[in-house]
Order: sequence, then structure tokens, then C-alpha cells
Amino acid sequence: MSTIETSTEPAKAPTVPPAPNRIKGIASQLLGTPRVIIGLGLLALLTLLAFVGPLVSGWEVGERDYAALFASPSADHWMGTNKTGQDVWTQSTAGLQKSLLIGLLVALLSTGIAALVGAFAGYFGGITDRALMWIADLALVLPSFVILAILAEQFGGEGGWIVLVLLLAMFSWMVTSKMIRGMTISLREREYIHAARFMGVPSHKIILRHILPNMSSLLIADATIAVSTAIIGETSLSYFGFGVQPPDISLGVVIADGSKYANSDWWIFAFPTVLLVILVLAVNMIGDGLRDALDPQSKSRRS
Amino acid sequence: MGKFLVRRLLNYVVLIFLATSFAYLLAAANLYPRGYFEQMQPPPTDEVINTQLDTLNLNDQTPLAQRYVTWLSGVAQGDFGQTIQGGDVTPQIWLKAGVTLRLITVATLLGSALGIAIGAYAAVRQYRMFDKAATVASFFVLAIPTVVIALSVQVFATGINEALGFQFFLFSGEYSAGFQGNGWELLLNRIHHAILPTFVLAVALFAAFARYQRNMMLDVLGADFVRTAMAKGLTRRKALFKHALRTALIPTITYFTFTFGVMVSGATFTEKIFGWHGMGAWLIDAIFQQDVHIVAAASCFMAVTIMLASFLSDILYAWLDPRVRV
Repeated sequence: MSTIETSTEPAKAPTVPPAPNRIKGIASQLLGTPRVIIGLGLLALLTLLAFVGPLVSGWEVGERDYAALFASPSADHWMGTNKTGQDVWTQSTAGLQKSLLIGLLVALLSTGIAALVGAFAGYFGGITDRALMWIADLALVLPSFVILAILAEQFGGEGGWIVLVLLLAMFSWMVTSKMIRGMTISLREREYIHAARFMGVPSHKIILRHILPNMSSLLIADATIAVSTAIIGETSLSYFGFGVQPPDISLGVVIADGSKYANSDWWIFAFPTVLLVILVLAVNMIGDGLRDALDPQSKSRRS
Repeated sequence: MGKFLVRRLLNYVVLIFLATSFAYLLAAANLYPRGYFEQMQPPPTDEVINTQLDTLNLNDQTPLAQRYVTWLSGVAQGDFGQTIQGGDVTPQIWLKAGVTLRLITVATLLGSALGIAIGAYAAVRQYRMFDKAATVASFFVLAIPTVVIALSVQVFATGINEALGFQFFLFSGEYSAGFQGNGWELLLNRIHHAILPTFVLAVALFAAFARYQRNMMLDVLGADFVRTAMAKGLTRRKALFKHALRTALIPTITYFTFTFGVMVSGATFTEKIFGWHGMGAWLIDAIFQQDVHIVAAASCFMAVTIMLASFLSDILYAWLDPRVRV
């Protein structure tokens, strides 16, 4: 891996734009990528739906309409009701809200951890590098599924989903951190880093002010993919009851509830599933487009 | 090189040991095997429960450290303890691993072969119809969690079964319960059961491999050596197959090795939904049944496969790509 990176490096160096134009450059490049525009549009729509949807339906989250169990979509219940008479539209949009939050928070946290660990390991090298990468290996081998499943039940109740976010983030930073370590090693020997070091800038400042900003495009693209990974992970966990615990509700929980009736009362399953697929699709489109636009050297290697 | 490999392996053994210990301690501290006996009908007395738990080394009144040491000395001799019903865990590991391997071998081979072929061809025809269609398809599949793919396939299969009036698709279990028949019929029955879960896993893998192979191929297609190959008079087909595809396959093969290892735990959801009693389904059932020893054993097996896969993929990479060796 490292040989490949060093060989492509000289070609890449002149294309790095000077700092003041950077944000402008990124913005103009993004607006030229239709995938990103469509993805952002969809995401904005879904966000609106998630926060406005539960308010306009006329039903409270979790409220039961005992007169209409398993009702098919109607004017009263736009997407029908489930086995306990809860409004599928309200439940799904409220679930979408939590799924969005979980995805964003997990992505933010895991990319943050990955950036710090990878950059420190790559910059200092030696024993720090070995120790940090060993921790990353350990986190890869730890049975994350078992840990999540066993701890999920311990953290039920109000706000329990925050613990889920922390756990999901704890087990999703490793691969990215290894990539960032590799890039840091190649950045470490650049002239401007040397210059900063000789001027007496402390190491942590060099990492935060000079190394990480130079990888911002990669970090942004990776964080986007991490959003969809987290959402999918949460859905899978929730299917077995190991994810978000009641009274909190997420798309995964709604889908898991609906899956039992997918054959007879399809609307309970179909609506939340369609929301989820559109959400992940939108996020992936943004992520993939971002990576292509900002980082032509690594065209979505990991997806 | 030899010394390096030994050190690497030693490190892996330590990691696996830590991971398994962690799984055991977490399960022993948080699961509640006593509950399994308490809810029996008629409820046994406390003494009976305690002696039962003691013989299984699951008694929560014994200090955790002591239970851990007892369990560990068993594991050192290759004995992973007993299930909560009293059976031995160790022989079951191989049984469950066999089921999972049967399921994922065909699925990973099928999915990756399809993905590689489509991805490579899409790269050659970049921005043409085929590439666009393949990209849209894989994007769409990547956006759907495997759980949802599996459930949707089940819904479709049920619909088709109902429309046809007989069981055209089977989607529960590895073979029909109480099935009588000679070797061939049993094999056919097993294949019949394997169609849907294999399809689900293969579809999910195809998308990932198609994206991956397309990007790898695109990197290579622009490289100088492919241009050289064409310039020296090779046909386009020959240049693409012998030079471009071959080089672009190197990272994919290591990716494949890694995927195969990850699939042992990655197939969990598919196994559970289609009622295959493999490693992942075993683990989930064990968590629901508060079975500490199975959780530890399954975690150990998954850790071993992941380490083995990443080790093998590293070695393969070094073997296939001469640049890494220098």
C-alpha cells in the first residue's frame, strides 16, 4: 500500500489548491457533481419528513387507535396501522428521525476517533504507532456483535440510544484509522510539515492544524459512508431486538415489527423499508460523489 | 520474513485470547443463566439450581474470577465447557461451522465471480449503458440491509408459492425435517433449501465486489503498462485480459479472502432468517438462552476466522504483488 501512495505522490502535490480557495473550490466541484446534488436534495427532503412528519399526521408517536388494528392506508391513517393500532406513518417518520441522528452521530464520532488515532499513530511512529494499531486490531477482533447484543438490554429506557451510538462508534473506526495512518506517514515528510516543526510548533498542533486539514476531503467522504454503515448496522441489530430499545423508536425497530406481517399486511413493512432504502441511497450517493470529486486518487476503494 | 510471520502469528494468538476472554467475562457478568432454570416447570428448588449451575460452572454466586479460571483451564485443554442443557460445546462448534461454511462458500464464490465480471466489464465500458446500469444496480443493493433483502426475498417466494399452489421455493431450515431418501435425493433436497439464502448472500456480495473491481480496473486501465501492451501490438482483448485484469485482480483476491472470513459472522442474519443452524444463529440463540459458554466459543471461532482471513489476505497480497516484497 505504502509503495503505491509514495509513487503517486509527486503527481498529486501541485494539484493541492492554496488554502484560501479551498472551500470555494470544494463547493464549486460539489455543485458540478449531479450525484451529490440529488443525494443532498433527497436527504434534505427526508430530514424535513423526519421532523415534520410525526407532527402533521394527527397521531402521537406510540398512540394506539384501538378502532383500527391492521388498517390499510386510508385518509385517517396515511400509511395504515400496525398490530396495536399505531399509525405507521407517524412511527416510521419518528423512527427516521432517530435513525438519522444515530447515523450522523456515529459517523461523526467514529471518523473523529479514526482521524485522531490514525494521525497520531502515523505522525509519531515507533511505539505510539504500534500501540495504537494494536488497539485497532484488538477492536477488530472483539466480538462487537456480542458486546452490542449483551449490553443493549442493559441500556434500555429513555436516552439508551446514546449508549448504542457510543458502542457503534467504538467498533467502526478501525479501518479508516489505518488508512489515515498511511496517509499521515506520507504527509509527514512534506516540506511544510518540516517547516512547521522547525519553527517550534508543537506536535499536536501540527497534527490538528496541518495534517488533518489536508485530508479533509477523505475524512468528509468517509464520514458520509460511515453514516450509511451505521444506519444499516442499527437496522440489523434492531431486527433481533438488540438495537434501539423502547420507548425510543428507530426505523430498524419499525421494520422489524412490520417484517412479521410482510405477507399479509404489506404496508407495515413497505413504508419504513422504502424510507430506509432512500435514506441510505441518498447518503451513499453523496459519499461516493464526494469521494470522486474531492479525491480522485482513491475512487471509492472501500465501497 | 519467517521471523516476521511468527511474530505476527503470536500477536494474533494474543488478540484472539483477549477477545475470547472479553466475550466470556462480558457474557458471564451480564447473562443470567439462573433465570433459565428458574422458569422451568415445575420450578426447581434453589439448592437444585445451585448444584446444577455449579456443575456447569455458571453459578453467579461463585466469584467471576474463579469461574473464569475454571473455564480457562478447560479451554487450554480444548474444552469450551458445557451448554446450559448440559451438552459439550466443543464438538458442536465444528457442526455449526460446517453449516455456515456450506452456506457461505457457494455464496461468496458466486457473488464475487459475478461482481468481478460485471465490475471489470463496466470499467472497460466506462460511462456507457452497461456501466451506468451496473452502477445503479449495485448502488441500490448496497443501500438495502441484508436483513431487508432476506425478508423481501421471503415475501416474494411466499407470493410465488401461493400463486403456483405448491412449495416451489423453500425457505426454512437446511433440509426437510424427517426427510427420507437416498444420497442423491437428500443432496437435491439440501440444494433446494440452499437456493434462497445463497441468493441473498450472493446478491449482497455482488454489489460490493462490482464496485470494488470497477474502481480497481479503472485505476489500472489508465496505467502506462496497459498502454505499452497495446502499443506493442497486442489486441485490445489480450491487453485487457492478460495485463489489465490480471493486475486489477490482485487487490480483489485479497479482498475476497478477507470477505470470506468476515462472512462467518456476516451471514448471521441470513442464517437466522432462513432457519439455518449455523454459527451466527447459534450465537444469537445462545444470547437469548443466557448460554455463556456458547457465546464465548462462538466469539472465539469468529475471532479466529477474522484473524486468519486478514493474515491470509496479507500473505496473498505479498505473494501476488512483487512490489510489497521489496
